Amino acid sequence: MTIHDFLRAKPTRVWLVLVAITVVSVVTAGGHGSGSRIGLVALVLATVKARFVGLDFMELRHAPRLLRTLFELYCVAIAGTLVVVYLVA
Amino acid sequence: MIAPAAPSATARRIPGEEGTWVFLFGDMVVFGVFFTTFLIQRGHAPQLFDRSRQTLNLGIGLANTLVLLTSSLLVATGVRALRDGANQLARRLLVAAFGCGVLFVGLKAVEYTQKVHQGHGPGTNNFYLYYFILTGLHLFHVVIGLGALGFLIRQTGRPELTERRWMVVEGAACFWHLVDLLWIFLFPLLYLVS
Repeated sequence: MTIHDFLRAKPTRVWLVLVAITVVSVVTAGGHGSGSRIGLVALVLATVKARFVGLDFMELRHAPRLLRTLFELYCVAIAGTLVVVYLVA
Repeated sequence: MIAPAAPSATARRIPGEEGTWVFLFGDMVVFGVFFTTFLIQRGHAPQLFDRSRQTLNLGIGLANTLVLLTSSLLVATGVRALRDGANQLARRLLVAAFGCGVLFVGLKAVEYTQKVHQGHGPGTNNFYLYYFILTGLHLFHVVIGLGALGFLIRQTGRPELTERRWMVVEGAACFWHLVDLLWIFLFPLLYLVS
């Protein structure tokens, strides 16, 4: 594997996306005293990042349908629960 | 040399053993309950939680997030290199991932020390109680994960791996990715959500 292969590989591109989402989260929600909607954005973006880690680093994108579906359901459930509790609690 | 037992990365199959995934999903659900409980407690005292959140070191939290994301990339690439028979490259990548894990522990130690010097302990208020419990449990996972990375590094010294050993290798890699995944939720919950 050359450095060129490494830079072009999917995990590297996914990592760049994950870093970009992290920076966006901190820039938008990191300022103290932010509003509640900004907090929601950070939680939803966290779920998007977690999904990337599961599908592309844990290699669940090519896992049997049942395992991938369970993971996708987990992402939906955790995002839904956190958003609802955040708004209601 | 291509290890004969190395599984394809694109064939539709379970990465690791089935039992590993029962454990990983169990862990994810347990932490999901912790995350929800934290938000419920935050709802009971939003101003206290926001004031306490602002005392955390956002720079260290962000640095630790980037360190774990990078370690995950190194492990994912390291496992692919091992699959391709590039054992020396795999070893370098996995050793670098191990270094990232140690750096995470070091930064967490600095952060804990700062908090204690500022007079903030688990007994200070509910935010700090959850902060120390959640980050402490996660830190425990990081330490176990470092053991898993040590196991992966040792496998790069073998000329080839059996099918059974490959499943353990993939399971160990997935455990490290779980450590990253859990922190991905902890970081905004503790450091960003106001």
